[in-house]
Amino acid sequence: MVTDEYILSSDNLNVYYGNFQALANVSIKIKPNIVTALIGPSGCGKSTLLRCFNRMNDLIPIFSLDGSIKYKSQELYDDTTDATNIRSQIGMVFQKPNPFPKSIYDNVAFGLKINGYTGNYDEAIENSLRRAALWEEVKDRLNKSAIGLSGGQQQRLCIARALAVNPEVLLMDEPASALDPIGTLAIEELIRELAGSVTIVIVTHNMQQAARVSDETAFLMVNDNRAGYLVEHDYTDKIFTNPSEERTEAYITGRFS
Amino acid sequence: MIKNILKKENYNQNLNSRYTKGKLYFTVFFTALMIAIIGLAILLFQIISQGTEMLSWTFVSSYPSRFPEKAGILSALVGSIWLMGLTGIFAVPLGIGTAVYLEEYAPKNKFTQFLEINISNLAGVPSIVYGLLGLAVFVGALNMGRTLIAGALTMALLVMPIVILASREAIKQVPYSHREAAYALGATRWEVVRSVVLPSAIPGIMTGAILSMSRAVGEAAPVLAVSALVYLTFVPTDPFDRFTVMPIQIYNWVSRPQDGFRELAASGIILLLVLLLSMNSIAIYIRSKYQNKSEE
Amino acid sequence: MLNNQAEFKNKTHMGLSKRRVITGKIAEIVFFLCAVISIITTLGIVVSLLSQSLYFFFEVTLWEFLTGTRWAPILKPQSFGVLPLVTGTLLVSGIAALFAVPIGLATAVFLSEYAPDRVRKIAKPFLEILAGIPTVVYGYFALTFVTPKLQIILPDLIIFNALSAGLVMGLMIIPMVSSLSEDAMVSVSRSLREGAYALGATRSEVAWKVVVPAALSGIVASFILAISRAIGETMLVTIAAGATPRMSLDPLQSIQTMTAFIVQLSLGETPHGSIEYNTIFAVGLLLFVMTLTMNLIGHLIVRKWQQVDK
Repeated sequence: MVTDEYILSSDNLNVYYGNFQALANVSIKIKPNIVTALIGPSGCGKSTLLRCFNRMNDLIPIFSLDGSIKYKSQELYDDTTDATNIRSQIGMVFQKPNPFPKSIYDNVAFGLKINGYTGNYDEAIENSLRRAALWEEVKDRLNKSAIGLSGGQQQRLCIARALAVNPEVLLMDEPASALDPIGTLAIEELIRELAGSVTIVIVTHNMQQAARVSDETAFLMVNDNRAGYLVEHDYTDKIFTNPSEERTEAYITGRFS
Repeated sequence: MIKNILKKENYNQNLNSRYTKGKLYFTVFFTALMIAIIGLAILLFQIISQGTEMLSWTFVSSYPSRFPEKAGILSALVGSIWLMGLTGIFAVPLGIGTAVYLEEYAPKNKFTQFLEINISNLAGVPSIVYGLLGLAVFVGALNMGRTLIAGALTMALLVMPIVILASREAIKQVPYSHREAAYALGATRWEVVRSVVLPSAIPGIMTGAILSMSRAVGEAAPVLAVSALVYLTFVPTDPFDRFTVMPIQIYNWVSRPQDGFRELAASGIILLLVLLLSMNSIAIYIRSKYQNKSEE
Repeated sequence: MLNNQAEFKNKTHMGLSKRRVITGKIAEIVFFLCAVISIITTLGIVVSLLSQSLYFFFEVTLWEFLTGTRWAPILKPQSFGVLPLVTGTLLVSGIAALFAVPIGLATAVFLSEYAPDRVRKIAKPFLEILAGIPTVVYGYFALTFVTPKLQIILPDLIIFNALSAGLVMGLMIIPMVSSLSEDAMVSVSRSLREGAYALGATRSEVAWKVVVPAALSGIVASFILAISRAIGETMLVTIAAGATPRMSLDPLQSIQTMTAFIVQLSLGETPHGSIEYNTIFAVGLLLFVMTLTMNLIGHLIVRKWQQVDK
């Protein structure tokens, strides 16, 4: 793989929950402004890896790691790195839509408020909602409660909310798995739309989705100690038509899941 | 593709001031907790320092008297124990029965909802109102007089919600699979309750029973309304005697301005707290011991 | 073969015998009756309060009772305006709320959002102990410790006063505010917190801007239920707040609450059936109505909150 300027990278990353090793020697390099998919069987640590990038794993007391993991050239788990600061540059969308029980407007405004946005709020909120393909559906009811939206709309609201913070990277943890097929389609289209303006790393258990949506794909698997490791990382069409590793081919063709 | 208009320079993150604010909040909240704990500590310290000097065997075994040096808490102590026991006899079976009905038999309809709302309201009724109920019904209408039995029935109604709540929790903990197994063998609902549910729930139920009786020991207001007696120099010997209880005796002593009675009150309080502490400790011990057992 | 089977079943009571069916039905009835007792209790409270107060209201109009500002049921000239007692009750409960609501909420936020497990394990038993102390003990504490100490700072303070009683009552209800509020906050789902953290929020911001607003109805309900408890409290105020019904909001003076009045008259030598005797039921009825209303509102708010969450 060509060494470009990488926006996220890890080198020999090992992640532990207490005594259990969740990730083993993962070295991965994520390119900016494209969509990278992380795929693999359940329990292979793809969500764990994702959550390392924005320090969300800090919330789990028994979490620890060794190895290097960087955002641009900044070591993420250094003493000098501030987790709160990182999270305003690396945003996250979760599997189950989690809008705050506030109005649609206040949901999107939340990130603006806490990060001290000095521009025009209305413009910023409209912009974020448009980028999330939700503006037309909610523009007339911005002060209605976000809980009243459908599942698909709520997830797009969460994406708008994350975009309002102007992150360079958007991490998405199975963003469509709780949605119906129409909602899923909307999210996938949205991801392709956003790809040019923000780096997206998406975890998905749906291989077809990864094939549709991503530019590059990384495949992870569990080793004999149930720790996850990186098997192969390459352009998406290569992974799905002519993978280099036998294990990748086995997973893609469904010989195991 | 919709262009992103947000610019990096428009965000003043102010991390330092936000973190300082956070530390300030933390300090404020921690202080609040400490106020509560220190308040409790001062209270206990005050009681212990005032009450230990008069605490003696004479204190426990004498009757109250006009002279603080000779006064004791015997009548109230025996009265409290009587009341606690009689209350338990009424409150515990009825409370368990109600809990069993609500958990095992009651259909999910408006009437059951009404029952549950009713019980949670009863838990919030001021204890003095229970005293008035006891006065009007047990002492008055049923003509029991101002006796132990009237007091116990009144207290039983007061503490029943505690038994019901604890018993319901204990019954809920019994896994449905145990019941299923018994039903599958052809047991009737009562047989399932008797042989599967209640035996497993006994520790939780006992905890509730002890907590309810400990609540009964600490209450003064309803007993005041029913027994109307504050100064008693004999020990009740059967449920139809008049009586007084420790909280009331303490109240009597606190209200007297003369020297010596404050210390007496403090001694009475120590005794009362020791009794309550023992009962609650037993209840907690039972709960944790059997909780651990059921997790194995 | 068949005969043996039938005999076997009869001898061993296998299969659903009449005896088992009847026992089952009796058990069901018994349990049902137990549950009905709670309804009878409520009815009993309502009926006994109403019937005994009725005698009172034959002689004193409801209007005079609820709006009169002089309460002198025993002294001559008699006057039965209950407002002084209500004022006294609200004054003490108000002071208690002023003290307990912020401290209880702050404690709850601390335990739910900041405290590590070890701290919670120690702090929660302390709060449970505070909640379990008999109220006579609080009364003793107010009278023998708090009042003398306050008199140093406030020389105008009389020995029986609303301020000491209110402060100690506040201490008493802190655990109630704190544990109910904490329940409300702990049940705010984890995904909501994660969403806020992922936007770059600090722990305090997550606590104040997301968790507390999400748990607000449970928190408000805890305030209401705690104040209702303060209103219904008897021994503390009887010991420490005084026996002087007064239309004043001056916390340094001695007052009388509704509950303290009931105690006073219960212990006195009023003859059964006299109007003085019946006043305790009239006041009791008012007390019951006040606390019942607050409790119903509190529970309604909790139920509304639980529905929003699901």
